[in-house]
Amino acid sequence: MIQFSRKTGFLALAAAAAIGLPLLAQPASAAGDAVKPIQSEWSFQGVFGTYDRDALRRGYKVYKEVCAACHSAELVRFRNLMEPGGPEFSEGQVKALAADIVVIDGPDDRGEMFERPGEPKDRFPSPYPNSQAAAAAMGAPAPDLSVIAKARPDGVNYLHSLLVGYTEAPEGFDVLEGLHYNTYFPGHVLAMPAPLADGQVEYEDGTPNTVDQMARDVTNFLMWTAEPKLEQRHRLGFQVMIYLVLLSGFLWFAMRKVWSDQH
Amino acid sequence: MSHQSTYTPGNGFARWMDERLPIMRLVNDSFVDYPVPRNLNYWWTFGAILSFCLAVQIVTGIVLAMHYVPTTELAFASVEHIMRDVNYGWLIRYVHSNGASMFFIAVYIHMFRGLYYGSYKAPREVLWILGVLIYLLMMATAFFGYVLPWGQMSFWGATVITNLFGAIPLVGEALRTWLWGDFAVGDPTLNRFFSLHYLFPFLIAGVVILHVWALHVTGQNNPAGIEVKDPKKDTVAFTPYATMKDAFGLAVFMILFAYFVFFNPNALGEPDNYIVADPLVTPAHIVPEWYLLPFYAILRAVPDKLGGVVLMFGAIAILFVLPWLDTSKVRSARFRPLYKQFFWIFVVVCIGLGYCGGQSPDKILIPVGAGGFDVTDLSRILTIYYFLHFLVLFPVLGLIEKPKPLPESIAASVLGDKSDKS
Repeated sequence: MIQFSRKTGFLALAAAAAIGLPLLAQPASAAGDAVKPIQSEWSFQGVFGTYDRDALRRGYKVYKEVCAACHSAELVRFRNLMEPGGPEFSEGQVKALAADIVVIDGPDDRGEMFERPGEPKDRFPSPYPNSQAAAAAMGAPAPDLSVIAKARPDGVNYLHSLLVGYTEAPEGFDVLEGLHYNTYFPGHVLAMPAPLADGQVEYEDGTPNTVDQMARDVTNFLMWTAEPKLEQRHRLGFQVMIYLVLLSGFLWFAMRKVWSDQH
Repeated sequence: MSHQSTYTPGNGFARWMDERLPIMRLVNDSFVDYPVPRNLNYWWTFGAILSFCLAVQIVTGIVLAMHYVPTTELAFASVEHIMRDVNYGWLIRYVHSNGASMFFIAVYIHMFRGLYYGSYKAPREVLWILGVLIYLLMMATAFFGYVLPWGQMSFWGATVITNLFGAIPLVGEALRTWLWGDFAVGDPTLNRFFSLHYLFPFLIAGVVILHVWALHVTGQNNPAGIEVKDPKKDTVAFTPYATMKDAFGLAVFMILFAYFVFFNPNALGEPDNYIVADPLVTPAHIVPEWYLLPFYAILRAVPDKLGGVVLMFGAIAILFVLPWLDTSKVRSARFRPLYKQFFWIFVVVCIGLGYCGGQSPDKILIPVGAGGFDVTDLSRILTIYYFLHFLVLFPVLGLIEKPKPLPESIAASVLGDKSDKS
C-alpha cells in the first residue's frame, strides 16, 4: 500500500469522497434534466435477478395490443419469444402468434413479390414503413422499442414512471394542441398521448389490469427485449465470481508460500 | 539492471535452438530469472494487469470484427446481432466494452503510481515517455472504438472531436474534411475508424514491447525509489516471486472486471448510445466516456475553441517532458513530505476535472444571487491548477523541499518497514 501520513491521507480521502461521490451518485447524464423516476423493485435486478415469466407474457400482450400500434421493435423476432430466459411461449404458440402477421417476401422465381403468413424467424412488424411515415401520421417519430429500456437513464424506472405519469398540466403550464403533459418526461410535454387506461388489456391470468400493473408488465417485457440474455448472464456471472474468488484465495496462499523464504 | 544471462538450455533441441534463435533465453532472462526489487507493492502488479487487458481487448475485438459491419446503415444492428444471435456474443461484446474501462482504470492507477514513486526520473525517462505514448494510443483507440456501435453518442462524439481539428488555423477545415473522408461524419468516417480501431491495438502492442524492453534495461523503480545496490539482497527472481504476486493481483482485478461484465454491464456507458445515430437530433449533453472526461473539461474550460484544443492536447503533451520538469533528485513520495501532499491534491484535481467534464457546463454549484459558481468556473480553476502542478510545483518543490533521509538499501527499507509495524 502507499505509505502516507494519517493526516494527509484523511484529507485526501475526504476531498476525494466529497468530489467523487456526487460523481458516482449523479452520473453524467446525456438526456437533460428530468424528474427522478419512481423507484421500484424489479425481479431481474440483483445478482440472482430473473425475469417474471407471467409478467413478460402479460407485458407482451400489452406491447402487442397497445405499443405496437405506433412503435416498432425491429430487433426482436418471434422465435425469441420461445427462447429460454424470455416469456418462453411454446413453439406452437409462437408459430400461431407469428402467423397472425402478413410478411411481404420475395422475389419468387418469376421475380414477383408475394405475401405469406409470418414465421418464427420474422421480426416484430413495424406499424409504419419508416420513421418519416410515423412522424407524418403522429406528429413525431415513435422510437423503436427494442432497446429502449437501456436507452434512457434509469431505464426501467423511467419507462414505468412515464406510462403512469400522465396528469393534468399544472396551473399556468401551457400545453400546445396535440401535445400531452407528463410528470416524468424531460420537459414534460410529449406527442404520445396516455397509452394506457384501466381495464384496457384483458389479462387471461386474472391479474388486475390497472394502468400501473400494465405499465409494470410492459416495462418487464421491454427490459427483456433489451437484454434477452440477462438470465444467462447472471447465471454465468455467479459461476465466474465463485471461480475467481476461489482462484484469488488459492493464489494468495500460493504467493504467501512462495514469499515465505524472503520476508 | 541488465543482468548476465543465466539460461542453460535443458536438452539437445533447446541447445540447437539457442544457437539459432535464442528466444527461450530471452523469455528466461525477461520473465523468469529477471531480478525485481524485493520491496515492490501491489501497485506494481498493474503492469501485468495492463498486459492482460490489452490481450483481452485484442482477442475479443478480433471476434467482434468477424460479426460487425462498418456501415452507417448496419453498424448498430450488427452490434445488436452480436448481442442477440451470436453464441456468447453478449459476453464478448460486454467484455470488450467494459474491458476498455478496465484498461483505463488500470492505466490510470499505473500512471499515478509512477507519479507517486517518481518512476519517470533518470534513468527511466524513455520508459516513461513510451508509457505516455501508449496512453495516447489507447485514448485514440478507445475513441475510434466508441464510434463503431453508431449510437447517438458515437456519432456526436465523433463529430465534436473531429470538429476540434477544424479549429486549427488555415488548414483546419481541409484537415477535417480529409479526416471525415466526406463533408460530414458518415460512412467513410465510420469505415476508416473501424480500420484504425483494428490497427491501433497492434501499434500499442509494439510500443508495449519497447516499454518492457526499456524497463528491463533500467530495472524497475520501487517504493523506496532507490536503486538496487546488491542484487542478492535487494532483488528476487521474477519467477516465482513477481509472477505469483502479479497473478494474485490480476485475479482480484478480474473480480472487479467480472462484476461490471456480468452484473452491471452498462453502468460505465451512456444510455444515449443505445439510440441509433441520428445526424438531425443532437443529444441534450454530448459527453465522452468517463476516462476522457478530465480532458473534455479542460477543452470546455477555455472560452476560445483553438485555445481549448491546445490546452487539451497540452495536458497530455506535458507528461512527455515531466522528467525534466521535476527538479527533485528523490524519487519516492515516501521521502518527499511536501510532494506527497501535492500529489494527493493533484489526484483530487484530476477527479474533479472528470466530474466537471460529465456535467452541464452551466450547472450552478454554489448559487450566488441570480447566477453563481458554475461547473465552467470550477473547470477553469482546476485546469489552471493542473498546469501549475506541472509547470510550477514540480520545478519548485524539488528546490525548496527537505526530503526525509533515504534508506541505505532496498533490503534495509524492507526491514525498516517490519520494525515500523512491530
